[in-house]
Amino acid sequence: MQVEPRVIPVLLIADGRFVKTRCFSNPVYVGDPVNVLSIFNEFEVDEIITLDISAAGSRTPQPLDSLRNYAEECFIPLAYGGGLTGLEQIGKVLRSGYEKVVVNSLLADQPDIVESAADRYGSQAIVASIDIRGESEERSVVVHGNRDVVKATPANWARRAVDLGAGEILVTAVDREGTGRGFDLELVAEVAAAVSVPVIAHGGAGRRSDLAKPVFESGASAVAAGSLFVFQGQDRGVLINYPPRSQIERLFRMTDGSPVESRA
Amino acid sequence: MRLVVVEIGSVVNMFRRLGGDPIASGDPGTIKRADKILLPGVGAFDAGMASLHESGLVEVLRIRVGEGVPLLGICLGMQLLFDSSEEGSDKGLGLIPGVVRRLSPDSSDGPIRIPHMGWSRIEKRRPHNLTEGIGEEARFYFAHSYAVVPKDDSDIIGVSTYGSQFVSAVARENVLGVQFHPEKSHRYGKALLSNFLQGF
Repeated sequence: MQVEPRVIPVLLIADGRFVKTRCFSNPVYVGDPVNVLSIFNEFEVDEIITLDISAAGSRTPQPLDSLRNYAEECFIPLAYGGGLTGLEQIGKVLRSGYEKVVVNSLLADQPDIVESAADRYGSQAIVASIDIRGESEERSVVVHGNRDVVKATPANWARRAVDLGAGEILVTAVDREGTGRGFDLELVAEVAAAVSVPVIAHGGAGRRSDLAKPVFESGASAVAAGSLFVFQGQDRGVLINYPPRSQIERLFRMTDGSPVESRA
Repeated sequence: MRLVVVEIGSVVNMFRRLGGDPIASGDPGTIKRADKILLPGVGAFDAGMASLHESGLVEVLRIRVGEGVPLLGICLGMQLLFDSSEEGSDKGLGLIPGVVRRLSPDSSDGPIRIPHMGWSRIEKRRPHNLTEGIGEEARFYFAHSYAVVPKDDSDIIGVSTYGSQFVSAVARENVLGVQFHPEKSHRYGKALLSNFLQGF
């Protein structure tokens, strides 16, 4: 079966700049979006997810002009999330060079918009982002940038998102985000088992060797990371990086063009 | 050469990079004067057709294709070239005989996840200018839940595999279509769009 796990840099936008957070706090400046994106474009990355974290509070997305500007020199698949609240707005982002929009708080605030967007633009264009705080038995779903708790298990929240029409789930372990202590494999497995759409694991990748685990051990179709692809070393100096194709193939044990499988 | 891209999208940027001078337009008058037409598409089948009807493009696209103008459909744009789709109830453009079906979750190794999101390779069914120089190592980006099923096998120029095999590239005279996003497929997509720019 020809399914190649995707390795996806997640880039956070705050006030028009790329930043990186730790556990959703303490943003550190990473670079100018156009520059950073053009470097990832040269690396021929599998896909990029951009999320405006300031929009989670303001409910105002990045202006379309800057979104268009980011996409202009990017010949790689792009997703955007942050502050999207209207159907027309979602359509405009999808016509500005983005294949997908990412919705998170909207799943709680206006699920009908998510549903209409999936109807109009197709499920493949809607990524449901699910933030999970806590570990093992103590997990809770959070929205509005880790401010409000939703009464649902991660599995139920993911299932509900798929029922609304989401074609993909981005599951983020809030307490691991930016820490480098590894993915929450149990959480990813729980979500992947609950839905039949692709699941992207996010939060905690500290080394390149971490990337294969959610795919092999938890049934994820893709892995996402921030710090891993923008920082280097103990002192977290900014260095935009991405594993070369040959390393990705080794990590996912793809040999002779016969990649690993991703099962529902 | 006047290349017109129906509606906007990142494909315009890619053509500019390739040295083309694309015009993004949903205006029938502009499309009447196009030398080549590219039909991208975002969304569901019925919504896509509704948008073509609203802009008055259905007739003009059929006329231009009849006149021999090369038309390339991308993703949903490829699906719209066919007669109908399981995704909706509206009629498609009917430029290539056949239907659009939902991808099957069945595979020999158990169910697969749908939508198909990610990178796959193309297995050529017959040589064609559009896929000229594109080798087995070439990877293309897909994001779709549906795939075309042409009535005539001779319209198939490439297939891909996700769980089971599906049609990923078609050509019937001057009507061409690809299920993947060449504008988002790195140098491989660039090569394919460059073929469209130069080879027809």
